[in-house]
Amino acid sequence: MPGFGPAMGFTLAYMGAVILIPLAALVLRPWTLGAEGVWDVVSSPRVLASLRLSFGAALIAATVNVGLGLAVAWMLVRYDFPLKRIVDAMVDLPFALPTAVAGLALTALYAPNGWIGQFLAPLGIQIAFTPAGVVVALIFIGLPFVVRTVQPVLQDLNPELEEAAVTLGAGRAVTFRRVVLPALMPALLTGYALAFARAVGEYGSVIFIAGNMPMVSEIAPLLIVVQLEQYDYAAAAAIGMVMLLASFVLLLIINLLQRYSRRWDER
Amino acid sequence: MTIFLSHGQTGGVNREAQRDSRAVRWSVMALSLGFLLLFILLPLIAVFIEALRRGIVPFLEAIAEPDALSAIRLTLLVAAISVPLNIVFGVVASWAIAKFEFRGKAFLITLIDLPFSVSPVISGLVYVLLFGAQGYLGPWLRENDIQIIFALPGIVLATVFVTFPFVARELIPLMQSQGTDEEEAAIMLGANGWQTFWKVTLPNVKWGLLYGVLLCNARAMGEFGAVSVVSGHIRGKTNTIPLHAEILYNEYNFVAAFAVASILALLALVTLVAKSVLEWRFGHELSTGGKH
Repeated sequence: MPGFGPAMGFTLAYMGAVILIPLAALVLRPWTLGAEGVWDVVSSPRVLASLRLSFGAALIAATVNVGLGLAVAWMLVRYDFPLKRIVDAMVDLPFALPTAVAGLALTALYAPNGWIGQFLAPLGIQIAFTPAGVVVALIFIGLPFVVRTVQPVLQDLNPELEEAAVTLGAGRAVTFRRVVLPALMPALLTGYALAFARAVGEYGSVIFIAGNMPMVSEIAPLLIVVQLEQYDYAAAAAIGMVMLLASFVLLLIINLLQRYSRRWDER
Repeated sequence: MTIFLSHGQTGGVNREAQRDSRAVRWSVMALSLGFLLLFILLPLIAVFIEALRRGIVPFLEAIAEPDALSAIRLTLLVAAISVPLNIVFGVVASWAIAKFEFRGKAFLITLIDLPFSVSPVISGLVYVLLFGAQGYLGPWLRENDIQIIFALPGIVLATVFVTFPFVARELIPLMQSQGTDEEEAAIMLGANGWQTFWKVTLPNVKWGLLYGVLLCNARAMGEFGAVSVVSGHIRGKTNTIPLHAEILYNEYNFVAAFAVASILALLALVTLVAKSVLEWRFGHELSTGGKH
């Protein structure tokens, strides 16, 4: 087969120019502040609060997504109902809808005078312009990741496993907990990690609904933008580097989970 | 990082052991449908209703206004440059990765996926660090009077970064599953590399390629975070559609903001329909690659 040299050369050159050299700039730039300066930026109360919000809200949203995503995947695989194909296609909307549009729409729904918000306001519940709004946006963004990782595994689940469990006298609840759930676990964990990784860095859908109050509802990516607007490149890069590091660790975990889930399939 | 894909699955389950009781069935359905209604369908409907709140005339005025038109033109231009770039990269990279054996292949595939796990803001930030006024190449660019940040080249670069993996990650598993038998046969029969590629490899992956391009384009036209960092938000000049919607919203011009956003929502709907049609009709010819 001809063509390996040029194809590989082009691949590496393009990837180097577009992805790797720019990312190298991100890793190099913060150190113009010196190690102490980087630490000062990253450990300042405002940055810590934003990192806590970004990671905390992502953690909550991904957890909600695992539960609801499993229910949606279960419904799509196990039940028949009218308009099923449309409902199935709808699950991908958060992938297709630009994040800014999602942010505008969710704000219109959950603002205190919004479609849903107006019914929550008398109860003293405020979602938009609070950390709860950040969680709502991240749930929207993360949903397809869990559904689309769990759905094919549930589809391919050998029905004889459940039949065997029933034959041996297990009820549905026990069968689900002891047979189905363990088989789905790797997919659930992968979906969780994917939804979490996406949620940590999410920007467009969050900034509209968050209200962006420093120390309260300001996410880490927004703080990068704030630093850039003050032309403090090094501080922006320092925050970016911390987030990139977290993404790398997550990517590693996802790969390990998938290796583990593949081993599970082969058994 | 692979996300599996359901290519139009149908049918429920009839096996007795897999049948849920009516109570379970109804609760799962109510929970799932309620959640999808509240979190997916309602936001989509809200965009269009808010856009048409004052009737059709203000809606059309918001879209036909010069700044909006220039945002639409810029968005189309950016997609027209960055999508083809990533198509070429995606096809070439998946050819190299799927048709040949070499060390470090898994690592290379992981690197291709990297932009998906990077915050969009960081995708823009990296180019500011390189080409911005105080970036590594900033002084040199200024001396030579070249503007990248706050101009078209920066917007294109940021868009290329965020849409980088779409075509490649769709084609790599597809080409891998097809192996190299047909290409080897073509070469044995006297075809050269180019002929083999154009007449054998490319036709075999055309639906997968279209699928990847569809997702790539949707993201390219809708990208907000990365573009927002490099654009500078100059009205009528460096605003894309999503950025224009944001500016209108921040000016409390809600109807216009939602009118502009509804163009993007419509694009998302068209993308979803086209994607579903591809999955239903050519599901077996698509890979089990990823989607975002």
